[in-house]
Amino acid sequence: MTSAVLGSSSPRRFWALVALGGAIVLAGLFAAHVMEERGHIVTGMNNRIVWGMPHVFAIFLIVAASGVLNVASIGSVFGHAAYKARAPFSGILCLALLAGGLTVLMLDLGRPERIVVAATHYNFTSVFAWNMFLYTGMAAIVAVYLWVLMERRFNRWSRPVGIAAFAWRIILTSGTGSIFAFLVARQAYGTALLVPLFLAMSFAWGLAIFLVAQSALAASIGRPTPIPVRRRMGHLLALFIATVLLLVAAYHLTNLYFARQAAFERFLLVEGGIYPQLFWWIYVVAGSVVPLVLLWHPRFATAGYTLAAALLTIAGAFALLYVFIIGGQAFPLEMFPGYAITSSFADGRVATYAPSLPEVALGVGGVGIAFLIALIGARVLDLAPHDDAVAAHGAH
Amino acid sequence: MSIDHARRKFLWEAAALAGVALAPGITLYDLAHGRPPEAAAPGSVRWGLLVDMNRCQVDCDACVRACDTENGLSGGKAITDSQWIRKVTLKDPRGTVRSLPMMCQHCAEPPCVDVCPTGASFKRADGIVLVDRHTCIGCRYCMMACPYGARSFVHEPVTGQKPDVPRGKGCVESCTLCVHRIDRDRIPACVEACAAEGHKALLFGDLNDPKSEISQRIATVATTQVRADLNLDTAVRYQGL
Repeated sequence: MTSAVLGSSSPRRFWALVALGGAIVLAGLFAAHVMEERGHIVTGMNNRIVWGMPHVFAIFLIVAASGVLNVASIGSVFGHAAYKARAPFSGILCLALLAGGLTVLMLDLGRPERIVVAATHYNFTSVFAWNMFLYTGMAAIVAVYLWVLMERRFNRWSRPVGIAAFAWRIILTSGTGSIFAFLVARQAYGTALLVPLFLAMSFAWGLAIFLVAQSALAASIGRPTPIPVRRRMGHLLALFIATVLLLVAAYHLTNLYFARQAAFERFLLVEGGIYPQLFWWIYVVAGSVVPLVLLWHPRFATAGYTLAAALLTIAGAFALLYVFIIGGQAFPLEMFPGYAITSSFADGRVATYAPSLPEVALGVGGVGIAFLIALIGARVLDLAPHDDAVAAHGAH
Repeated sequence: MSIDHARRKFLWEAAALAGVALAPGITLYDLAHGRPPEAAAPGSVRWGLLVDMNRCQVDCDACVRACDTENGLSGGKAITDSQWIRKVTLKDPRGTVRSLPMMCQHCAEPPCVDVCPTGASFKRADGIVLVDRHTCIGCRYCMMACPYGARSFVHEPVTGQKPDVPRGKGCVESCTLCVHRIDRDRIPACVEACAAEGHKALLFGDLNDPKSEISQRIATVATTQVRADLNLDTAVRYQGL
């Protein structure tokens, strides 16, 4: 059994990794404690950049949590045996990422101790309030999904529960995109295009995370992923990366067509300092074009290049989110068209933002939570894919 | 014993005189006392503010200082400090410089109220948009949604709070239109300060009352809502923009 293999082969490495993950989580919790004691003054966030690094991390983790379940969906809903073998691992990664993202989001609140207020007072015109149901519902559905996947007596329920989970996470990611799509005030947001964009991002980033986690799992048990399975998953990742790129291009091109958005686009794509740099170099070149080449070109068909492509996709994801969330707020609010405006509240000029150590530590702490849950889940449960069994059954 | 009619008449007249003397005082006391705390804000009223930019002086910040003092704000101008009202300087392409106060516009359709997950951002029946400090979780979604940058997040522990204006680290806050004064039939501190400076650039009143001075001014002169394209129906209007 895989768990037996994991258990017997490398207990020291396992505990070392638990200690590493635990240290990262503790650092994140300490950062949250400092933020709560001293206030958000210890962060780089201010009254103009109200959402900072914690949101970049939290939204990445939540969007990827939805997408990582794709692997299970392709198995359960669309019946691909190679993906079915990976469904439980995909489920545990989904829960892990969701827990990490939500913890960061919660601990960044000005009053995190009032989370019970958020659970008892709902304003149903708020997309945030919907998302609280969507996130908790997602965790519950995935828990049930994992159960029916892993308990053989209930295996026949895996398809209907898988379909429910698939539908739920499409709604969940639409909800995450809508957090921004429903904001009319700022030029970066307020477009329905953000809903399909977030869906595509979830597919790409979730699969990238899965490929990285799968490499780690394969290395730990000394059983590499079969080449055809890895290549198929790599090609799927390339397709998702290309889809995100297309939708990002559509977002900017439509904006460029509207005269009132021209200054904003010039800021984000050309003149905005760190934002165009991150967008072009890290997201477009390193995070999209290079992975596409690595995944599609036959010369790079090794496991190492697939892993590199997945890691670059994740780096590109962080760059894209940074530009979208922080760059989107940095551009001044357009209140008085035709006037040059100034004030003590930084009206009319680009807002400055420098991420501080506590907020970065909090975000990284969320990644640590996801890492710990995935690590312990993979050890306790029998999650490594049984590709040999799939091959023996002659499935496609 | 005979009745002293003259004395009885004198007592009656004295009582009537005392009544006439006291009645207006009692009425005024009632007025000054305002709405009893348990009574809801009246839905028939919509409080609003008209800013006359022709009267607003570029180098004057009396409204800002009055707001800081009234509400116990630090008066700091760092981007992490609470600024419920700020002076914005506008320069048109010909180089003409003008100034206006910018604060919560008390929208009839407030985006901050729509997006608040807990309902902490709310609009009173009389149109004043407020934050309930007991249910604000500090998520800052309202600040993302506000087209006017009117809200501030309390980044640090607060000291020197005013009894009428509770504040707290980790919550979002903004102009309350001096709701604590309005409920006692007083005008907002900024309006009072502007008048005291002799500028009278701010006019406060009931937008729902066609006879009020603010309604009559809005009916007769051209006024503007900032970001009118968003159809938020703001209660703060600008004349001469």
